Formats: sequence, C-alpha cells, structure tokens
Amino acid sequence: MSTANPTAMEQGLQSCHGCGLVSCPTSGTEAGRCPRCDEKLEFRKPKSLERTLAYLIAAAVCYIPANLLPVLTTNTAGGSESDTIMQGVVLLWSPTGWPLSLIVLFASIMIPSAKILALAYLIFSVKRGSIKNNSQRVKMYRMVEIIGRWSMVDVFVDTFTVSLIQLQPLMSVEPGPGLLFFAAVVVLTMLAVESFDPRLIWDSADAKEIQPEVQHA
Amino acid sequence: MQTQKNHSDCNRPLADAKLVGCLDCDLLQRIPEVPAGASVRCLRCDKELWRHKPDSHNRTFALTVAALVLYIVANTVPMLGLHAAGRSAFTTVVGGAHQLWLDGQQIVSVLVLFAAVISPALQIGFLFLILIGGQRERPPFWVGMLLRHVHFTRTWSMIEVMLLGVLVALTKIADYATVIPGIALFALFALVVLLAAMQSCFDPREVWERVEWADEEIRHLVDSKQITEVKV
Repeated sequence: MSTANPTAMEQGLQSCHGCGLVSCPTSGTEAGRCPRCDEKLEFRKPKSLERTLAYLIAAAVCYIPANLLPVLTTNTAGGSESDTIMQGVVLLWSPTGWPLSLIVLFASIMIPSAKILALAYLIFSVKRGSIKNNSQRVKMYRMVEIIGRWSMVDVFVDTFTVSLIQLQPLMSVEPGPGLLFFAAVVVLTMLAVESFDPRLIWDSADAKEIQPEVQHA
Repeated sequence: MQTQKNHSDCNRPLADAKLVGCLDCDLLQRIPEVPAGASVRCLRCDKELWRHKPDSHNRTFALTVAALVLYIVANTVPMLGLHAAGRSAFTTVVGGAHQLWLDGQQIVSVLVLFAAVISPALQIGFLFLILIGGQRERPPFWVGMLLRHVHFTRTWSMIEVMLLGVLVALTKIADYATVIPGIALFALFALVVLLAAMQSCFDPREVWERVEWADEEIRHLVDSKQITEVKV
C-alpha cells in the first residue's frame, strides 16, 4: 500500500484544481494563487468537511418532502390526480415499461439516498481519522461523483410530461410542489460531492506513516 | 508590456513541470512519457492522471464543430410532437423549461434550462474558443481562463440524462396519445455521442503546457531554468 513518494502537502506544495500545476506557496502563507491559471490555491479544499456536511443535511431535509409531496398533477374532466415519485414508478410498471420503471426507481430513489449515505460515511470516516480501506473509499467517492448526475432524470421526465400534455380542457399535467424539493436534493448532493476533498481520506494514514523530517533550507 | 499582477500572493512553480500531485490522494509523482493512447495512473489511488491523446487538437476541433452544428439544430427544430384527440402539440427543450416556468416552477425551470441548454452551450463554446486560441504557439491567457472552467461546464451539462428523461416521458405519454419524435431528438442523440467523443479526444495538459501564464515573468524564469529546484 505505501509508496516511497511523499504527498504534495508534506513537501509544502499545492496542486492546482484548475490546471494541475504544482507550486510552492510563498513563505508564511497557506493560501496562494496559481502562477499559471490564477486559481486560488490551498493545501486542501477550505472547510471541506463542514461544507459537505452542510450541503448533505440540507439535501437530507429536502429528501423527505421530495418523496412525500406530489411531483405531477394530472387534470382530466373526471377530476385531478397527484403522483409522488414513487407513484410515478408504480404507474410506469407494465409488461413493456418495467425496464424504464426500474431506471426511474434507481435514479430517483436509490441514487439520492445512496449518495447521502455514502458521503455521510466518508465524512464520518475522515473525522474519525480512519486509515483503513483508503482505496475503496476513494473509489466510492468517484462512483458517487459519476452516477450522481443521473438522479436529475426525474426532473426531465416531469418537465417533458408537463410540456407535452397540455390538451386543455381534456387533459393537462402540472408540476407539483415535490418537484422543487427533488431538484434541490439533486443540486445539493452535487454541491456536496464538489466540496468534499478526497485527499482528506489519505491524510490520517500519511500522518502516521511518515516520520517527521528535518527540513533543509 | 507591464503586468499589473501582485507577486506577493503568487505561488512559485517548480522547475520540473512533469511533477504532479494527484488530486484524489495528493501523492507527488512524475508523469512519464507513454505511447499514444496509453494512460498514466496514480501509483496509490489509480486515478487517471493523464492520457496521451494523439492529434488531440485536430480531432477535438472537428468534433467540436460538428457538435456546434448539431447543438443549433437540436435547439431550434421541434423535439417531440404529440397527437391526441384531433390536436397536435410540439415542444423543444426550451419549450419544456418555459412550460414549467408558466406553471409556477420558476426555479426548476431555470435548472432545466441550465443543465440542458446553457451548460452544453458553454461546454461546446468554451472548447471551441480554447481550440481556436490554442492554435497559436503561445495561446493567450484567456484560453487558460476558459480551460479552467471546462470541468464546471462538463459537470452541469446533462444532455444524456435529459434524453433518458425524454425516453421515460415518451413511454408514459404513449398510453394517452401518439408521440411523434422530432428531428431535434435524433440530433440530441448524436450530440450525446459527439460530446463524449469530444471530451475523450481533448488533452487539456497539452494546452496548459503552452498557454500564457497569469504571471508571465514567472513563466520566463521557469523556461530559462532560473527557478530553484525543490528537492523531492
């Protein structure tokens, strides 16, 4: 597991998220600027855990109304009917539509909750100073980063259902209040992923492995 | 030309430009020369640090121009049509967002517009300008300014997700009405493929190595090997 190479931070170097250049902050400063692309530089994303946690809590709070409130209301001559996301999944379930029903179930219900749980676990393990399963944890982070965007799918489903079914007075579909909360969950979890710094996963192990070195001028 | 930059908060670069810190685990390592098509992965966490993409500029440019054309088609002609009870309705991506706005969901409407229309436009437009500016031997600084925001445009550009959403919506609606796929729908399918190909052909590192720096004086020092080596 351990490699001979040190980390950039151990060498007092900062890598740029904008352009990848490694540079050395001028003495006595923690935050600098990239000489190549002018991006602000820090050793780690500032207040990464706190910000990720804040976004996560906000997402978890929105997750409840997102699933309980209706996302679509269908108005027909016979009255109106409101559907939540889960009801939408059930409605889609048919001999031909079940694969899409599963996709929506996966994208709208499982991905957001898995994302919240995974990030909560990452924050918790970093806070505890865990040195185990670093590779698995960083893979988990990348996975969350890649699949997270797919939970937007339900927002688009509702958008196009609403915009196409406008056959007043026969039938029309309106967006429901749950849609806003659901969109908020997607955006907040994406922001949470962006603010988490995966390098924190390795820091505890690095601090234990590496002996303090004598700094040469 | 006088640079107005304040040097005091600018970091000092290393003499060795091949040295990188993995952004997923912070391990310092040198990027070795690899054959075309091969990738360099982090020794510790296996993140792809760099992929040697041959002929990056020309290939990406061709794909970007094609994407630009398809993008314009996809957003101007109808995407979906619906035929029911003797009536027809057509919509585009912008039309979908507009209907949400009319129905009181302004915030979601803006989000849909941002993810499905604005971000893809920025994604294609930024890359187009970067490649135009990147044709010069020493691309100007604004190329770098656009390049460092490419990641953002990619994160929020969600055409592939939108298409899946359209597919699901079509299946739902097919129970009530006849759905007519428009030309824009096919353009969007092709656009998804082009955007993926465009990103996989593009090598930002190649542009970064040539671009004008925020602090040009420091770049001159690096180029003339006047920067003291940091021991690693």
